Amino acid sequence: MPALIEARNAFKTFGGGRFGRGSTVALSDFSMNIRSDRPSITAVVGESGSGKTTLARILLGLVTPTEGSVLYNGRDIAGLRAGGRREFLGDVQAIFQDPYGVYNPFYRVDHVLTTPIKRFRLASSKHAARRLIEDALRAVGLQPEEILGRFPHQLSGGQRQRIMVARALLLRPKLIVADEPVSMVDASLRATILGSLKKLNQEMGISILYITHDLATAYQVSDSILVMYRSRVVEAGSVENVVKNPQHPYTQLLISSIPKVSTTRDWIAGDEPRVPAGAVSSGCSFADRCAMVSAICHTAPPPLFRVEAKQAVACYQYRTASVLASGEMDQVITGSVSA
Amino acid sequence: MNAPVLQVQGLSVAFDHPLGKVQAVDDVSFELRTGERFGLAGESGSGKSTMALAILRLIKPPGHIESGFVRLDNITLSDLSEEETRAIRLAGIALVPQGSMNSLNPVMRIGEQIADALRDHGTALSRDQTEAHIAGLLGRVGLHPDIARLYPHELSGGMKQRACIAIAISLSPKVIIADEPTSALDVVVQRQVMATLARVQTDLGAAVILVGHDMGLMAQFVDRLGVMYAGRMVEIAPIGEIIVSPRHPYTQMLISSLPSFEQRGVLRGIPGLAPLLRDLPSGCAFHPRCPQATDRCRTEKPAVREVAPGVQVACHLA
Repeated sequence: MPALIEARNAFKTFGGGRFGRGSTVALSDFSMNIRSDRPSITAVVGESGSGKTTLARILLGLVTPTEGSVLYNGRDIAGLRAGGRREFLGDVQAIFQDPYGVYNPFYRVDHVLTTPIKRFRLASSKHAARRLIEDALRAVGLQPEEILGRFPHQLSGGQRQRIMVARALLLRPKLIVADEPVSMVDASLRATILGSLKKLNQEMGISILYITHDLATAYQVSDSILVMYRSRVVEAGSVENVVKNPQHPYTQLLISSIPKVSTTRDWIAGDEPRVPAGAVSSGCSFADRCAMVSAICHTAPPPLFRVEAKQAVACYQYRTASVLASGEMDQVITGSVSA
Repeated sequence: MNAPVLQVQGLSVAFDHPLGKVQAVDDVSFELRTGERFGLAGESGSGKSTMALAILRLIKPPGHIESGFVRLDNITLSDLSEEETRAIRLAGIALVPQGSMNSLNPVMRIGEQIADALRDHGTALSRDQTEAHIAGLLGRVGLHPDIARLYPHELSGGMKQRACIAIAISLSPKVIIADEPTSALDVVVQRQVMATLARVQTDLGAAVILVGHDMGLMAQFVDRLGVMYAGRMVEIAPIGEIIVSPRHPYTQMLISSLPSFEQRGVLRGIPGLAPLLRDLPSGCAFHPRCPQATDRCRTEKPAVREVAPGVQVACHLA
């Protein structure tokens, strides 16, 4: 059975040609497959500029890879037309970062919910449409009577973002790509939005790709995790393995940098870590900051080595382990809730 | 115990609004001792940034300081003229503003911006002395002296934030107010910038007010924490105390809503929404969201009480 979505060695370069001057490589050699028969929540974490959003946009078909391809049920999404494209748009839904920017302030919020119903002919009557909308709103923990008929400015950021979750849900997608869905929402409201995403995954079997810079919430809601650094996936695996036992030096640095709510104060005490030199070597992109660096690191970017059944690391320290092939990502990242 | 370097007493800030008065800061008092790191935490709209601006007397109409005073080393800031207040800013109390990306002048080199601040405060230095001083400041925040010749867009977010810290410490202030200094940075860079801030603060012997909502950052950085809710200071306690045994129900929920690395799958939010500041609930502003609210909470506004040494709480139940 082909994967629902599969990226095969996808590259995305902005500006210039492939080797043009001043071009920026946003995503390098990215492979991932998401199967529809095993719904899971996968987090993608990384700092700003690491390529997380480009990864999301490539999977959504909003950005065409410079090299490589993205397949939907085995067919290249760049070649999808009419019916096939409509099916893809229904199966793969997006939730974006900004719960303010996605609304037209002149329309009532109902507009974002009725539009997909019309476009995809989801309901045969006005009454049926209303029922669908109410069900979707209740599924994300909102009371339809408190939401419908309101204008965007009358609702909180948390409510607006949950409406976006409800909108994605209307189409009964198989995958929701959520790009930083809670970063613009107050901390106290994040839990409710992430809770509704978790519920969609568990109760409706929808896979979720949760893109974030916040490792703590990623750990809370996801089954597995991809860690990105300068356009590459440097570590992938089950969330327990990666967070509790990180193997890539960058993941280790990332996890030790999180200030913890604890009376043990060891966060400031250490030396100020080195600021990166900024030079990108032809080898491992972390080589200039890495304490474990050796000659081999400067030769070529390391592939993902499978160090555990559910953990793969792009670091030459583990080069005795087998290399994870392009279509094997699902083996390390599928979660424990798999059917 | 050290003498307080900064004393905030009964400070209230209101904004006039066609639909009624918005009470952004309501009767807040606290003290800052020399060299102390004080945290100011709360949700968006709780008044923490307004508080920071009010200390610097930077509130602009329609906002105004209604009552209360701020005293820096026995100088009451409200007694000063506008010119004298300007002199106190930066030299006495310096601000590291939120979003370093936007607070630097994009068409001025970093060095010129630091020199500008020095000149404005009447520091008479020769050209060479100014250059040496700027190089020294940049060195103290971990930047190469050559950075002085660059424009802000040529720097990374972390470098810009360091440049802002360099400006803030240029006149050796007694108090540094850092308003969410690292909210736009990723965790690795955040740790570096906070370590730099901690080091320069210790060198100067200055006190720091850290405004923010990241409790992890607070736990690791500050000595005492003040928690604000709807413009009021609801709890002040030493950081070790407040993390282990928060007394105000809001603080309790704020701390338990944090995602932990110990237990997976338990995400607790704080139910309900922060109240509108122009239409606050009667009694304790937190009562509609408080699981322990009683009739008294609905009618009577709780006063700030000292419930243990160094621990102040505004709650009837504490």
